Amino acid sequence: MDIHEYQAKEILQGFGVKVPPGGLAYSPEQATYRAHEIGGDKWVVKAQVHTGGRGKAGGVKVCSDEHEVFDAANAMFGKKLVTHQSGPAGKIVYRVYIEGGVEIERELYLGFVLDRSTERIMVVASSEGGMEIEEIAEDEPESIVRSLIDPAVGLTEFQAREIAFELGITGKQMQQAVATIMGSYRAFRDLDATMVEINPLVLTTDGNILALDAKMGFDDNAMFRRPEISELRDKSQEDPRETRAADRGLSYVGLEGNIGCIVNGAGLAMATMDMIKTSGGEPANFLDIGGGASPERVAKAFRLVRSDENVDAILVNIFAGINRCDWVAEGVVEALTNNPVDVPVIVRLAGTNVDEGRQIIADSGLPILMATTLSEAAKISVGSCPRHEDKINHTAEAA
Amino acid sequence: MSILINKDTKVLVQGLTGRIGQFHTREMIDYGTNVVGGVVPGRGGETCQGVPVFNTVKDAVKATGATASFVVVPPPFAADSIMEAADAGIDLAVSITDGIPAQDMMRVKRYMRRYRERNRMRLLGPNCAGIITPGEAFAGIMPGHIYLPGSVGIIGRSGTLGYEAASQMKELGIGISTSVGIGGDPINGSSFKDILELFEQDDDTNAVVMIGEIGGPQEAEAAAFIRDYMTKPVIAYIAGLSAPRGKTMGHAGAIISAFGESAPEKVELLRDVGATIAPTPSEIGNAVTEALHQAA
Repeated sequence: MDIHEYQAKEILQGFGVKVPPGGLAYSPEQATYRAHEIGGDKWVVKAQVHTGGRGKAGGVKVCSDEHEVFDAANAMFGKKLVTHQSGPAGKIVYRVYIEGGVEIERELYLGFVLDRSTERIMVVASSEGGMEIEEIAEDEPESIVRSLIDPAVGLTEFQAREIAFELGITGKQMQQAVATIMGSYRAFRDLDATMVEINPLVLTTDGNILALDAKMGFDDNAMFRRPEISELRDKSQEDPRETRAADRGLSYVGLEGNIGCIVNGAGLAMATMDMIKTSGGEPANFLDIGGGASPERVAKAFRLVRSDENVDAILVNIFAGINRCDWVAEGVVEALTNNPVDVPVIVRLAGTNVDEGRQIIADSGLPILMATTLSEAAKISVGSCPRHEDKINHTAEAA
Repeated sequence: MSILINKDTKVLVQGLTGRIGQFHTREMIDYGTNVVGGVVPGRGGETCQGVPVFNTVKDAVKATGATASFVVVPPPFAADSIMEAADAGIDLAVSITDGIPAQDMMRVKRYMRRYRERNRMRLLGPNCAGIITPGEAFAGIMPGHIYLPGSVGIIGRSGTLGYEAASQMKELGIGISTSVGIGGDPINGSSFKDILELFEQDDDTNAVVMIGEIGGPQEAEAAAFIRDYMTKPVIAYIAGLSAPRGKTMGHAGAIISAFGESAPEKVELLRDVGATIAPTPSEIGNAVTEALHQAA
């Protein structure tokens, strides 16, 4: 789960990380009011969206009077920001954050991630902040410092000092740097984060160390014990299809293609998408309805997949193990009888009682195309609907 | 023969008395698994599914001599149960729970390292379908009848995709020595490499199928192990060819977030070290036939 910059800053501040003065606004008027509250003669208006690369997409504006703040905020509200990280659908701006300007001496990078090969939290820092870590890794790889944290002990002060020295911090700022690094780590650990990124972390001309931008991501599996974090979820920043699926306990990822998929199990769902792709089609979604594939879940899945208007065919691929194919088939028949769909439905069942399952579908009289193997199911699906590219070209011509 | 579990392995079920625990315990017993007891705090002294229930894993081990534990415990409490098994001297724990917080698993892995290697528990999962030695025993949630006994090992992250592979192999008359689920979480008990090592040493396994997916470094580690140590043929399929970057595909661990974590990159690494690649999920069975034929 992702949260907004202003929320991440508020959290980090609670753990001892210093941030510039700032305030949230839901309207241009409020933005002006915030600027007035903050004082000074320079402000930055920042769109609050769950994606990186805002600056290049017009989501960050430096202003030198309150009118400029009003105009900048006014231009951002309701705007769809499309950045290189947001995907083509972009993210709509509903909140902006007004921050007092700071005089920057140096920009650093400070990040915390869960390193899967060592199974530890890893600190990643660089003296070359301000650009994305991938770019730093490309352009200035020798500037990157990495440090692994022992889960039994936690981050030690000497490690934090070592990192700070590597970043070129000395003298009076050392204590502040250590507090920033330790505080960010504690926020990561205590709140079940999966990512903390302060980029840039800046040294100001007046000797402060401030988090100028901050990002945090959290472990969905740990949200049961972090109600204060769950509350920060902003559904306006999610793909509405994914939100609907998550609220129904289904695991869904929307894609660009036109063949909807309903599969039990995440691995099999990915494999089904791959099979569609290899057969010359494009999957419209990833959807795992869970190993059990109960009739209720099958029905929910059909409704969800149908809500995507790009879908020209639906491929159902269920491997019934402990649950039997006949039971799954009854669920499919029930779902399609109660809510008929107007696109071809291709069903492939495998596993326990597969013959009984196929018989139930055949006897139902529903216009379901049956397949025996996964490759056959993918071929029928691809053949039963217009080619994805043709459809795009057609739309382009019509426009 | 087989690895990690056979008909004599004494198996405990942590979380036996719950609905899911009882259901799968019944399936395991009916298949022939030697289930010797269950552990449910506060229910010690009862009998469930014909086996005694104990309050702690230590009590259960003492009374039954169990060496394996099937852990069917909900996400908030699962990590604690796994550590309890490790502390009680269990050799093999199988965790099917989906949804254990990553930091809990970090703690579990760190905790397991307290024990010397020869006393250290081996963990399969979490978020896996379990382990089966066909015709003998299983600890997990898989349908036993889709596996034919034989001499090909399977290692996979996913449950149903593993079933798909096993049933394709059965169709072609290819039997399985042991099939091991390692789970779809970012931090898991055993990696592909860990299990490849066991299959390499097992006299009755003569080839290994590994079913990987996007995300994480474990397929790359496996490729290095295959290059340096594996003498037996390896057949590989990697799911997620069409998965976009930065999106979690169902399994918490199935997310491309770094270089080398996409399906094509993993396929390339495995092909380079001589693994037979199944280009599509429909061709896993055929790829095994081909690899066995070449090896013969």
